[in-house]
Amino acid sequence: MSEPVTVRLTVNGVAHEGRCEPRKLLVDFIREDLGLTGTHVGCEHGICGACTVLINGEAARSCLMLAVQANGAEIATVEGLATGGTLHPLQEAFREHHGLQCGFCTPGMLMTALDLLRVNPQPTEAEIREGISAVLCRCTGYHGIVKAVEAAAKVLVPAKRV
Amino acid sequence: MISRSPSLIGARVTRVEDARLLTGRGRYVADLDAPGAVHVAFVRSPHAAAHVGRIDVTRALAEPGVVACLTAADLAPLARPIRAESRTRGYRATDLGALASGVVRHQGEAVAAVVAESRYVAEDAADLVGVDWEPLPAVTDPRAAAAAGPFVHADLGTNVILEREFRTGEVEPAFRAATLVVADRFRFHRHAAIAMENRACLAAWDTGRGDLTLHSTTQIPGMIRDALADILDLPGHRIRVVAPDVGGGFGMKTILYPEEVAVAAIARRLGRPVKWIGDRREDLLTSSQAWDEQVDAELAVDGVGHILGLRATVLCDVGAYSMYPWTASIEAVQVISFLPGPYRVPAYRGAVQAVATNKAPMGPYRGVGRPVSAFVVEGLLDRAARRLQLDPGEIRRRNFVRPDEAPYRSASGVVWDTATFAECLERACRIADYEGLRRQQQEARAAGRSFGIGIASYVELTGVGSAIPASPGADISTGTEGATVRVDASGTVTATFAIASQGQGHETTLAQVVAGTLGARLGDVRVVHGDTAAGPIGSGTYASRTAVIAGGAAVRAAEAVRDKALVIAAHLLEASASDLDVADGVISVRGAGDRRVTLREVARAAYAAGRRLPHGLEPGLEATRYYDPYFGTASGATHIAVVEIDRAVAAVRLHRYVIAEDCGRVINPLVVEGQTIGGLAQGVGAALLEEVVYDGGGQLLTGTLLDYLVPMATDMPPITVEHLDRPSPSTLGGFRGVGEGGTIGAPAAIANAVSDALAPLGIEITELPITPERLFQLLAVC
Repeated sequence: MSEPVTVRLTVNGVAHEGRCEPRKLLVDFIREDLGLTGTHVGCEHGICGACTVLINGEAARSCLMLAVQANGAEIATVEGLATGGTLHPLQEAFREHHGLQCGFCTPGMLMTALDLLRVNPQPTEAEIREGISAVLCRCTGYHGIVKAVEAAAKVLVPAKRV
Repeated sequence: MISRSPSLIGARVTRVEDARLLTGRGRYVADLDAPGAVHVAFVRSPHAAAHVGRIDVTRALAEPGVVACLTAADLAPLARPIRAESRTRGYRATDLGALASGVVRHQGEAVAAVVAESRYVAEDAADLVGVDWEPLPAVTDPRAAAAAGPFVHADLGTNVILEREFRTGEVEPAFRAATLVVADRFRFHRHAAIAMENRACLAAWDTGRGDLTLHSTTQIPGMIRDALADILDLPGHRIRVVAPDVGGGFGMKTILYPEEVAVAAIARRLGRPVKWIGDRREDLLTSSQAWDEQVDAELAVDGVGHILGLRATVLCDVGAYSMYPWTASIEAVQVISFLPGPYRVPAYRGAVQAVATNKAPMGPYRGVGRPVSAFVVEGLLDRAARRLQLDPGEIRRRNFVRPDEAPYRSASGVVWDTATFAECLERACRIADYEGLRRQQQEARAAGRSFGIGIASYVELTGVGSAIPASPGADISTGTEGATVRVDASGTVTATFAIASQGQGHETTLAQVVAGTLGARLGDVRVVHGDTAAGPIGSGTYASRTAVIAGGAAVRAAEAVRDKALVIAAHLLEASASDLDVADGVISVRGAGDRRVTLREVARAAYAAGRRLPHGLEPGLEATRYYDPYFGTASGATHIAVVEIDRAVAAVRLHRYVIAEDCGRVINPLVVEGQTIGGLAQGVGAALLEEVVYDGGGQLLTGTLLDYLVPMATDMPPITVEHLDRPSPSTLGGFRGVGEGGTIGAPAAIANAVSDALAPLGIEITELPITPERLFQLLAVC
């Protein structure tokens, strides 16, 4: 066991400072040290994507990173999506199109889809499938998720033009 | 006639659960905290079979932050072994300790538990535990294991845990009289559930009260509570089992696992909350697995394709233990129970052997046996159709049980309350434009492409009542569920159930049933479930039973509350109860809408009593009711898969998928569609991707999600699902179960589509999943 080190990062716009072992995974730091349990751990080897968060705006697996590697980073987690009790249009679309069942992959799926829509605001269905293939969902067969991302893209694009 | 809010049952309402799950506010077991909690890491066997010698915990105990290192000897005084009994003749139960003592029987079996202040420290220290392993020869081939030793359980003197046979009609004469007999050996490989949330539990022992609270990722809190009472020797009312938000189960979480017993026992011993969060490797090594059958099957037909007889011998590899509560019979026997499918089979013989091996134990998984039986019987029907030059749809039409024959006792003794099988087929063919697809196929073939269309029809028994136990012979009650519906003094409704949810949306669908029946507003009904301390007695969620059995109990309890509310309202309104309507939380005199009271006013009167209640009426506004559908009800469907084979890379491309299903009265189309398509995805995985592989020494070769492949979004085709919506005549509310069907039909439909695509090459699929490697081998010999 090594001596704890200080980690400073911003999560959902709030600055945090914590001390942890250098080997501590970012996802464990977010969940245990910051108490943000919305980000889930499904495989701890970078395949399932449940732990996906945005790091400096880009989707990344928080189970494949150490907390110290995220020192100084801006992180966005699922808890930051809704504002003042209003769901983000992507969350709203997931609800409308039954894009979730057990909800376990959902945080990673939402953050991945958000990144997809940032890079490609008007994806085709095939591009959506390719984009969200970074996250495994065992409940929905992806049907409702694809429809939700399609619907969210329609809402989000005009909103950006305003 | 009293009006209800009928529009609520059948309404496409979005789910109550979603708001918290979408915002990261769900509470799964790993998210729960308890003051002073310690963490467990298990020391697991690297061997498939071994004697366990001395276990040295001194180095682990010396590690800073380690609280305790426990072995089987430490837990033995606190917990009896788990033992799944059965009344089935010739069945052999196995003892499974919370920690293995003496012998381990599959890779990953735990022999010690390291308890520490953090999970990181516990895992470090687990690596420091020294175990003297003495490897034993591993039993991995079930056919060899059925014939001779070594034995997985030496005391049993055999590896055959169970044998069962169903026999109806004159089988041998039927085969002698046949114009055509088609036969094959079918192989359906081992499958893993892969719920995205790994198994986990948190046990807290209240030393003052002598109470145990276990939060667990379980589908069956009620059964776990009852079993722990026996195993831990505690009064049942001292144990509370809670299934909070659970991240998928698919049957795999319907088992009492040794970790649940270990964590509970350790919490009691240490007097501190104890938490175990399984990782994916532990899931792949130790969670129950599915299928793994070899089926030798023959179908006898006459010259026009009528089935004369069916016979099959099934060998099922059930792994190392017969798991509680279902026993090793659950998967194995279900194959022969459902082989006759939705067809008239006048003569049937189905025999199964369940054989123990040194692999992870077998358990119920979505579909349970029926994906295998559908793969076999649907494959045989297509073979017969091909030989007789019949269309695969036509041979099914000629053999379906007809609607006028229902209730129909199948060749294995299952009763189908209705038989809408032909209607499902016709609907699926219409949606898919079956004739158009056949024309497309001709064009594709002319162009040298391998294009195939596969049909699979099936029927399953859902909402199984007490007449037929969900697991034949097992010493458990699975035919009933309860519901408590309570209107409090503020007029809001709490409906409490013993079932649990792993993503099915019960907080929404059961609220629809209660609100629709009671005449309350949907938003005024809150569903509480998954907590043995909260409500009526019941077992949990499995076997496509919740909509039927808990839904039926909900109808009964809500009706009782509604009837009492009407009596009170009649008193308040000075009207006759029979003249009242109730809808949207308002009770009004029919034809005089201004004479009305709200449910809230009725509830206040119910608790205030005094002169506000009719003389002699008991105060309060709640009811608990139980429901037993007795036989259960038939859910049937036809699946049509359209594939094209890319022969250059030996890949199956799924072009399109159509499902027409009869799931009875639909409570919420959004949820039904989600269940069906989600089930289909697991069937697609079973057909094309997913396979648990052990080597000859019992070492798991698919220990990560890089090796065990579940479908990604890019693996799924465009899908159309339609519901027949024929209310069941035999269940309260007319509901049928729909949770498993997608997984039952898909492997068969996809296998048939691939066989159809490759028919010009003489290839017929006998082995699932159809991996690129297997397809390459098949194409290479052409």
